[in-house]
Amino acid sequence: MPDAFFLVVGSRTCAHLIQSAAGVMIFAEPRFGTAILGERDLAGLADANEELDRVVADLLQRRPEIRTLFLVGSCPSEVIKLDLSKAAERLNQQHRGRVQVVNYSGSGIETTFTQGEDQALTALVPLMPQSTTPQLLLVGTLADGVEERFLTLFERLGIGPVASLPPRRSTELPAVGPGTKLLLTQPFLGQTARALQAKGAELISSPYPLGVEGSELWFRAAARAFGISDEHTTSVLEPLVTRGRAALEPHRKALEGKRLFLLPDSQMELALGRFLQRECGMELVEVGTPYLDRALQQEELDLLPADVQLSEGQNVEEQLQRVRQSHPDLVVCGMGLANPLEAEGITTKWSIELVFSPIHGCDQAGDLAELFARPLRRRGALTFA
Amino acid sequence: MELTLWTYEGPPHVGAMRIAASMQGVHYVLHAPQGDTYADLLFTMIERRDQRPPVTYTTFQARDLGGDTAELVKRSIRDAADRFQPQALLVGESCTAELIQDQPGALAQGMNLPMPVVSLELPAYSKKENWGAAETFYQLIRTLLKPQLPPAGLSKPDPKRWQEQGRRPRVNLLGPSLLGFRCRDDVREVRVLLDELGIDTHVVAPLGASPEDLRRIPQAEANICLYPEVADSSCRWLERQFGMPTVSTVPIGIGATEMFCRELQELLGLEPTSQGSGQSRMPWYSRSVDSTYLTGKRVFIFADATHAIAAARIASRELGFEVVGLGSYSREQARAVRAAAEELGLAALISDNYLEVEAAMAEAAPELVLGTQMERHSAKRLGIPCAVISSPLHVQDVPARYAPQMGWEGANVIFDSWVHPLMMGLEEHLIGMFRHDFEFVDGHMSHKGEKPPGPEAADPITLAAEANGVDEAELLRWAPSGQAELSRIPFFVRGKVKRNTESYAQERGIINITDEVLYEAKAHFSR
Repeated sequence: MPDAFFLVVGSRTCAHLIQSAAGVMIFAEPRFGTAILGERDLAGLADANEELDRVVADLLQRRPEIRTLFLVGSCPSEVIKLDLSKAAERLNQQHRGRVQVVNYSGSGIETTFTQGEDQALTALVPLMPQSTTPQLLLVGTLADGVEERFLTLFERLGIGPVASLPPRRSTELPAVGPGTKLLLTQPFLGQTARALQAKGAELISSPYPLGVEGSELWFRAAARAFGISDEHTTSVLEPLVTRGRAALEPHRKALEGKRLFLLPDSQMELALGRFLQRECGMELVEVGTPYLDRALQQEELDLLPADVQLSEGQNVEEQLQRVRQSHPDLVVCGMGLANPLEAEGITTKWSIELVFSPIHGCDQAGDLAELFARPLRRRGALTFA
Repeated sequence: MELTLWTYEGPPHVGAMRIAASMQGVHYVLHAPQGDTYADLLFTMIERRDQRPPVTYTTFQARDLGGDTAELVKRSIRDAADRFQPQALLVGESCTAELIQDQPGALAQGMNLPMPVVSLELPAYSKKENWGAAETFYQLIRTLLKPQLPPAGLSKPDPKRWQEQGRRPRVNLLGPSLLGFRCRDDVREVRVLLDELGIDTHVVAPLGASPEDLRRIPQAEANICLYPEVADSSCRWLERQFGMPTVSTVPIGIGATEMFCRELQELLGLEPTSQGSGQSRMPWYSRSVDSTYLTGKRVFIFADATHAIAAARIASRELGFEVVGLGSYSREQARAVRAAAEELGLAALISDNYLEVEAAMAEAAPELVLGTQMERHSAKRLGIPCAVISSPLHVQDVPARYAPQMGWEGANVIFDSWVHPLMMGLEEHLIGMFRHDFEFVDGHMSHKGEKPPGPEAADPITLAAEANGVDEAELLRWAPSGQAELSRIPFFVRGKVKRNTESYAQERGIINITDEVLYEAKAHFSR
């Protein structure tokens, strides 16, 4: 949503986090900012609400192209109980007709960063128009190219109309209502799904579209929900599945039999583990996830081996100890842990890359497998003898 | 409340992490939520460290807030003490924990831990990273050296006492830390420099030091305050309590390195040696004929205080540049930066707002920017070459090769890294000569791989006019002859020529800019 802006109301730490943890955000610079709380805001000398109004007015004057402003709550703003929903209401009045203001919590006292996407999308739900027209609603961000591809495939399947949340333009929010069927592109959108269900939409349960198998099941679930015949679905998906498996083959050779440890980071761990175990032949040592939403992950759980070692929540020292003891061939982890593990001789893959790369769909399955095969291939390729 | 995207400095607890991660045998228990664990990657990614920083986060969550977070703090402290068994334990809190007032420092003091505990109070809503680093270093030194405090009234130790003790004089290097600019290589360079002067390097801290090393600080004759941002408060305290003199000249650049050597020799009673600058190629490179084109190049400098002041001196005296802007985000050292700027007839810009710095940069219309990663971005937007001279860092500012800033080799490194972004002297003429050839038409990528600046990228006049709500086009008009002439000017100077011509025309009330006006302006501005 290039016309949206995310204003974090927080501390210097928040601004520092955005700039350090997300070096990639350099490219999204026009879409992020922090309103840093100072001593005066805390001491009550300055009314934090008045200050926020001033900061927002400044921002909107400087950036007239902003159409939707997200006020993002942070740990300190939650602890001092700065009411951002009231603030959003007030700012909506002040800037009526120019910009819509919504709020959500992006606080680091919750579980993990992907929750932010869930919260941001949830904040948009009340603004969506009501409609009973039958439609498929894709929920969750996708790379532009992947989204286009999916729309083409839904058309071939005979499913339509198809809308997306988030839309490309923040002002063109799709409608929702009893005719809407939801298909999630990411496994971490529980709140958004519940908010849309409360508006009458119906959730299509499915594994997530990672890998050939996941993507096929995902499209099939949608086709079934729209009453498309199995024969037709198969005729559309069959060539994709065959091609996807062929693209996987060279990477499967590199990954087969290798032992995988997924550290909790993005909430995509179950779907990734399922893909790497079933389609790439990897052995799962442990699948950690920061938070397990069973309602949204049941279909993934069903596809995992019955004896899989699952762990929920984060305790970095204990998890590292288990990694060292089991000495896996590949560890999927956050950026902070990657170099220390590499230095101990353990090959790693950053999970953040999975959030920013086009990895969804049958056509991307080969690329997804390649992301995991590359670190192993690289380790094999390097020699300093 | 302050609106920002980039900050030059992180919060003060990140400063404390820099001290803990720089040292050996120190562990830091930080009362902070899960979100704050991002700070690990400053060390493991930017500095490519092969281990996690020695930090245990309490990672309290929203659901803990109603309950007993103090118990969580105690559990984390006990776990960290057992697991890591550090020689000294730092205990503190981040911005959110500060608000819930569990006072982790006091809790730790009451736990009878077997190691010294330093309770850190770093106000997150008023102070910043460098202050946090300086305060942590100071508190650590104070706690560890308390048992050695000399009784009041004892006379100061003589910095020339080494002469009677039959040994070489020794000094401590205080200030180098992780995430500081080129500290790793500066330490190596200064060690060599000291060795050549006949001086032993005693303790280097915080980088690589253990608490045991800090206890040995008073055995040296003097402290060298290499980075005042981190070590100033500690050096002052050591001066007050232990009578240890501080050498405060920072040896960046030829002149400053000479001064540094003289200051040390005088203080320690060493024979002055002949000038050491012969060891650096920089003075000759700067005098050599190819460098003529550096004369009067307009340079804009913005950095931490240490590097900004050093850069201003080198640029103006040792490279023959003209410094057209000087500033720093280090408020604690603002006085020294102001003095340095005054010497050059400038008013220092003391700000932590990168947009204000970018505006000052555009206004000064420099030909080279020396700055931080933030200025690198601003300079890129404005189409001005830039060299990074200070933190905040990017991973590319921690090079694999040896690249100090201090001492004789540091001067060589500085010459190369500041001069390379500029176009060479002869190259400038040749490009002028062949400017109509296809290589130099609009949009052609140079061999440096950087796109030419967009036509309006560096146009403060247009920006100013927009800000005032005045349409510049109504005031000034480029006649076809003027436009044709302008388009013949190579793209990399076209913005500047356009700007100069327009301001020349504006001052004289000329509305129609013809080719003649352009050449009159050129004659007017030619230096």
